[in-house]
Amino acid sequence: MPRPDPARPRPDSSGAHVPGSSSAPGSTAGRAPGSPPAGGAEGLATAEEIRETPEFADLRNSFRRFIFPMAALFLAWYALYVLLAALAPDFMAQRVGGSTITVGLLLGLGQFVSTFVITMVYRSWADRTFDPQATALRERIEGVA
Amino acid sequence: MSAAVLASAPSSLDVGSPVLNISIFVVFVVVTLAIVLRASKSTKTAADYYAGGRSFTGPQNGFAIAGDYLSAASFLGIAGAIAVYGYDGFLYSIGFLVAWLVALLLVAELLRNTGRFTMADVLSFRLRQRPVRMAAALATLTVCFFYLIAQMSGAGGLVALLLGIEGLVGQYVVVAVVGVIMIAYVLIGGMKGTTYVQMVKAVLLIAGAVVMTVWVLARFDFSLTAVLQGAIDTSAAQGLADPEALLGPGLRYGTSGLTLLDFGSLSLALVLGTAGLPHVLMRFYTVPSGKEARRSVVWAIWLIGIFYLLTLVLGYGAAALVGREDILAAPGGVNSAAPLLAFQLGGTVLLGLIAAVAFATILAVVAGLAITAATSFAHDVYASVIKKGAVSPDGELEVARRTVVVIGVVAILGGMAAIGQNVAFLVALAFAVAASANLPTILYSLFWRRFTTRGALWSMYGGLISTVVLIASSPVVSGRVDPVTGASTSMIRDTSIDFSWFPLENPGIVSIPLAFFLGWLGTVTSKPEADHEAKAAQMEVRAFTGAGSERAVQH
Repeated sequence: MPRPDPARPRPDSSGAHVPGSSSAPGSTAGRAPGSPPAGGAEGLATAEEIRETPEFADLRNSFRRFIFPMAALFLAWYALYVLLAALAPDFMAQRVGGSTITVGLLLGLGQFVSTFVITMVYRSWADRTFDPQATALRERIEGVA
Repeated sequence: MSAAVLASAPSSLDVGSPVLNISIFVVFVVVTLAIVLRASKSTKTAADYYAGGRSFTGPQNGFAIAGDYLSAASFLGIAGAIAVYGYDGFLYSIGFLVAWLVALLLVAELLRNTGRFTMADVLSFRLRQRPVRMAAALATLTVCFFYLIAQMSGAGGLVALLLGIEGLVGQYVVVAVVGVIMIAYVLIGGMKGTTYVQMVKAVLLIAGAVVMTVWVLARFDFSLTAVLQGAIDTSAAQGLADPEALLGPGLRYGTSGLTLLDFGSLSLALVLGTAGLPHVLMRFYTVPSGKEARRSVVWAIWLIGIFYLLTLVLGYGAAALVGREDILAAPGGVNSAAPLLAFQLGGTVLLGLIAAVAFATILAVVAGLAITAATSFAHDVYASVIKKGAVSPDGELEVARRTVVVIGVVAILGGMAAIGQNVAFLVALAFAVAASANLPTILYSLFWRRFTTRGALWSMYGGLISTVVLIASSPVVSGRVDPVTGASTSMIRDTSIDFSWFPLENPGIVSIPLAFFLGWLGTVTSKPEADHEAKAAQMEVRAFTGAGSERAVQH
């Protein structure tokens, strides 16, 4: 796939080596490493304002609505699998249809399959639904910051 | 086929050609050092040194993550565990894979958007800088230290085994050589050089596993069923009482309540620990954006998943072609399954190649750990805690470079001291610390707006201290005795010393919930700082939109 880079620097950074941070493009290299911007009032106000916008609420809610159930789903499925292995070893050791493949092996391979599927579902959701929303909002923020 | 195979199965590893093995090692080291030297030419700023200029693509970083994550314990340990314990070895590998979903869904992108170089950057975004950085750095250094010692001592034993080097002095030399090469990689190439080494290693490791897997399957007419049947037949021929047990759970973790609880505890630490491993977290900063961080984890999941699927075939293949008892009897025990299988399949040359891959694996992992520990010390402890931010980027980098040398020396000495000890538990300990001290605080800071400094400190120190104390009080350190031989299987070999009172070998089931609880308790019993709301808003906006996140370095 192509590599659009949504986080290209704004043209204002003029090749500076020390990347600036969000609302304080003028902050110096000497500030505490990794510290949030020293707190220009306008930057902070902006972030709180943005957080209250319906667009941001939409973005955050759609992310949480997707991520949390997905995380709960795979953790529960993995927990079920571990519990079956621990508490029902005879069930797991059952052969499937006369081959040497057991139920446990199939369920284990099922963990691989579900991991791959969740990965790809998340990826396509994030690429198609989340990224455009996030990019639109970021461009608005960076345009005004 | 099994009778003919059994007759020729070697019972020790002095089957390879040390000269050939060493030549392949030397080629690998020379090639990677050349790559690292080239990478050093474009390494100038802190973002270059710590984060490779944030200019790697998602797929590149995916390979590097796989190279960082798939340690010798994954390759030799899991293949061996499947060969010897069958299904229980497979069970172990699944935890290592599923864990990546936590990183993908909950951590990677938000962490990339809110931090610069270390995990502590994210935590201190809206909490009080110095105490939080100190705690995060301590947890990071603890994980790196335990993991490094485990890798170094493993390197000594493993490489000595594969090279035919005998005696303690030979192993000391091997550990020292590994340490010196590691220092060279990290000192010269920084994160860029380390990343390239990890990418090269991931390609070699996966290619080696693919070749061996196809070879094994070819021996059995490309039928997985036949491989499994071969494993059963050979194990039965070598005296395993119930060979069918290889295909179901129970051989390794047993069926008593305590061992099952222990297994549950291990599973919890594996699945939650991966997304808290500092050297894994740091890799997310080597890409230009949150989107690329996501892509890199997607690539890593595919690579790691496919690799573990291959180890399933390799493990059962080793059980079928080499045999369980021969593996256990070989020097190196469980770890020798993959090398013995390589010899069985492709003779001296394939053994030499696989030995080189194992060596590359160790080098790439220790280099990743060393740069993570050095970054954490220089960036979090030195620049922020000791100098309170009043230090030039060059001064900080100078400290990082010196730290690399110190860490290298400590790792060499620690690795030497650990040779011949039972230190296999150190990797599980590293995961337990990561899951208890790091992950709860990361999740709270990303998803719980109210989370306070006290919550973070209680959770991190509570998780760190409880994990270390419980391990020290467990049978892995003292008081575990082999019921048959009467010899100690603990780290402390003297059977008269026994101060263990915690029955589980894996503390995760206690320490992880405790750390989550302490994070909650500390938060609800404290008041947020005055600027809490503003900073939390800023962090949230940055995490979700990527606005203002650190950009790639432009050269």
